[in-house]
Amino acid sequence: MFQSLQQRRWLLVCLWVLIVAAIVAAPAILPVFRLNLLGRFLSLAIVALGIDLIWGFTGLLSLGQGIFFALGGYAAAMYLQLSNAGDLPNGIPEFFGLYGVKELPFFWHPFASPWFTLVAIWLIPGVLAGVLGGLVFRNRIKGVYFSILTQAALLVFYNFFNGQQKLINGTNGLQTPATKLFGQYVGSDLMQRWFFWVTAVVVILIWALLRWVVRGRFGDVLIAIRDDEPRLRFAGYNPTLFKTLVFGLAGALAGIGGALYTVQSGSASPQFMEVPMSIDMVIWVAVGGRGTLVGAILGAVVINFAKSLVSEALPESWLFIQGGLFILVVTALPEGVIGWFRGEGPGNWLNRLGYCLNILGNWLIRWGNALIRQSTAFPWLNSLGINTLGNWLIGWGHALNSVGIVRRIGTYPRLELEGQVEVQP
Amino acid sequence: MRSALLELRQITVSFDGFLALRDLNLSLQPGELRAVIGPNGAGKTTFLDVITGKTAPTDGDVVFKGRSLLGRPEHRIARLGIGRKFQSPRVFEKLSVQENLALAVSRPKQPWSLLFQRLTAGQRDQVHHLMSIVNLQNRADWAAGSLSHGQKQWLEIAMLVGQDPDLLLVDEPVAGLTDEETDLTADLLKSLAGDHTVLVIEHDMEFIRRLESPVTVLHQGHVLCEGTMDQVQADPRVIEVYLGTSEEENG
Ligand SMILES: Nc1ncnc2c1ncn2[C@@H]1O[C@H](COP(=O)(O)OP(=O)(O)OP(=O)(O)O)[C@@H](O)[C@H]1O
Ligand SMILES: [Mg+2]
Repeated sequence: MFQSLQQRRWLLVCLWVLIVAAIVAAPAILPVFRLNLLGRFLSLAIVALGIDLIWGFTGLLSLGQGIFFALGGYAAAMYLQLSNAGDLPNGIPEFFGLYGVKELPFFWHPFASPWFTLVAIWLIPGVLAGVLGGLVFRNRIKGVYFSILTQAALLVFYNFFNGQQKLINGTNGLQTPATKLFGQYVGSDLMQRWFFWVTAVVVILIWALLRWVVRGRFGDVLIAIRDDEPRLRFAGYNPTLFKTLVFGLAGALAGIGGALYTVQSGSASPQFMEVPMSIDMVIWVAVGGRGTLVGAILGAVVINFAKSLVSEALPESWLFIQGGLFILVVTALPEGVIGWFRGEGPGNWLNRLGYCLNILGNWLIRWGNALIRQSTAFPWLNSLGINTLGNWLIGWGHALNSVGIVRRIGTYPRLELEGQVEVQP
Repeated sequence: MRSALLELRQITVSFDGFLALRDLNLSLQPGELRAVIGPNGAGKTTFLDVITGKTAPTDGDVVFKGRSLLGRPEHRIARLGIGRKFQSPRVFEKLSVQENLALAVSRPKQPWSLLFQRLTAGQRDQVHHLMSIVNLQNRADWAAGSLSHGQKQWLEIAMLVGQDPDLLLVDEPVAGLTDEETDLTADLLKSLAGDHTVLVIEHDMEFIRRLESPVTVLHQGHVLCEGTMDQVQADPRVIEVYLGTSEEENG
């Protein structure tokens, strides 16, 4: 017991050393193009962590996280555009000239401040999510209706952003690579390397924060909301408050992810709010493992890497692969890949494997015994080495048997409820 | 006479014209143990729904500690000191036994205190005490969903007790329990009365008898009669309701 704890601790230390080493060394190993992709996907992992919090733990399936992702992205892009607009005509970003706008719209002004922007990146989407969520949750809108509402909100924002040329450059969005930060072009290799490092560190910090949130009693309440929200009310908890808080937090995380994604992808645009994008975000979490934080991170990074590799090799086929993957996971591994590993998945497979080995072992023993019996009855067989073969088979049989005895993972007997289902209004 | 802890005044509940409760009057004194019986569909569960804020009455008033409960959300009613055990056990299946109980004893039940404070030593003792009362101390880390039906019943009773309400509303606590467990549950509920006010709904007459409490008979959403178990069982109206034809009952 003690020893295995020690071993686990060592394993963890080794794992962290590996992770840190990988992050530090990644720019040296990966070509800039791949490094930039990894940085983007890690930004998406931050969004996925938020979705995991509200969906995996709390049961709120939002199809509108793109809104908050875009808001974070726009906040970052607006700052970069403003801070580089000094020597441009009128001292405002270039695109305004296309539409004959001479004066900066009022809401742009605060984004001239880096500190305001750093706060706005997460506060604006967080507060918006909290307010929208609070209104919906107050009215006890749940389940599919909630998901539909989030998607409707996404469409509203998408159309609005698309149409506002004079305010935010409409469909074209705001570009960042040619802007400068700390005297360097945002699109330069050096800056991209730093963005990658910052993103990796932020992912780890947010992972740690969420782990703390979901591990304690607060996390237990979230799980209770997911599993039986009405019951929780009668225990004196107000689910609306908890749901509003975590939805706001997930919105803030999406904003952070959006800002980091924008500086690494080069633009913030209404495409962030296209419906498929928000659905993809949910798929990353579903495949990685709802209710496991590591699953959300790995889901976002691995699926997106697969997507970019597949799209390079066989353009057009990615959608089918992703669809197939999703169906496979939903039907075969409903808890997602990491959820399956954490749960009884591999245990059960080991069990089955062990069972097969057991049967094989027994069969070998029986066969070996039969051979030996034959060889005593017909001594001439001995000269063919049958006896040795029999002993050898028996030895292997026992070996397989001892490997095959895997501790059964307890599935506890369950009594069915006796038809007394409560009337639900 | 002390003032009543809970008073239901002429409660009527209509589901699309069907009267689940009709002009129901009932009052509970502090510390009282009361049993409520009645045939299936008599409105027993509905009447708990009205008290706990799950169902709004069409007419009438519910007064608890001198304050009307109407229009208050469920969690506020619970915080005022009304706890409820559901007819079919409802525990949080993915949480462990211990975590279920920890949520019940947590106070205050606000996000920030759950995030930033740990359970106090007293609360942790209480969780262990509750587990030993309902004989689940060996199951502390089991997921509540993997417990047997009877164990879930007991876990939910323990959660109710851990919530420490002034009024405990217990809907069919011994359905699916063994005789021995039934007796233990009766003893537990009896021991709670006095400090708490307890209202028990049950079909098991042996169990009700063991409670040695006044009995209220509900029929078609109305109080048919009240009295001791012997009085009630001898009442011809009660006999008719339980043995008579059930055409009208099904409404
Ligand atoms: N939400 C609802 N909508 C419509 N009818 C309802 C609703 N809830 C309860 N009823 C009806 O009200 C009546 C009383 O139901 P209730 O559940 O209170 O009975 P009960 O006394 O608890 O019965 P049991 O002993 O079977 O638990 C039943 O006829 C039921 O069908
Ligand atoms: Mg009932």
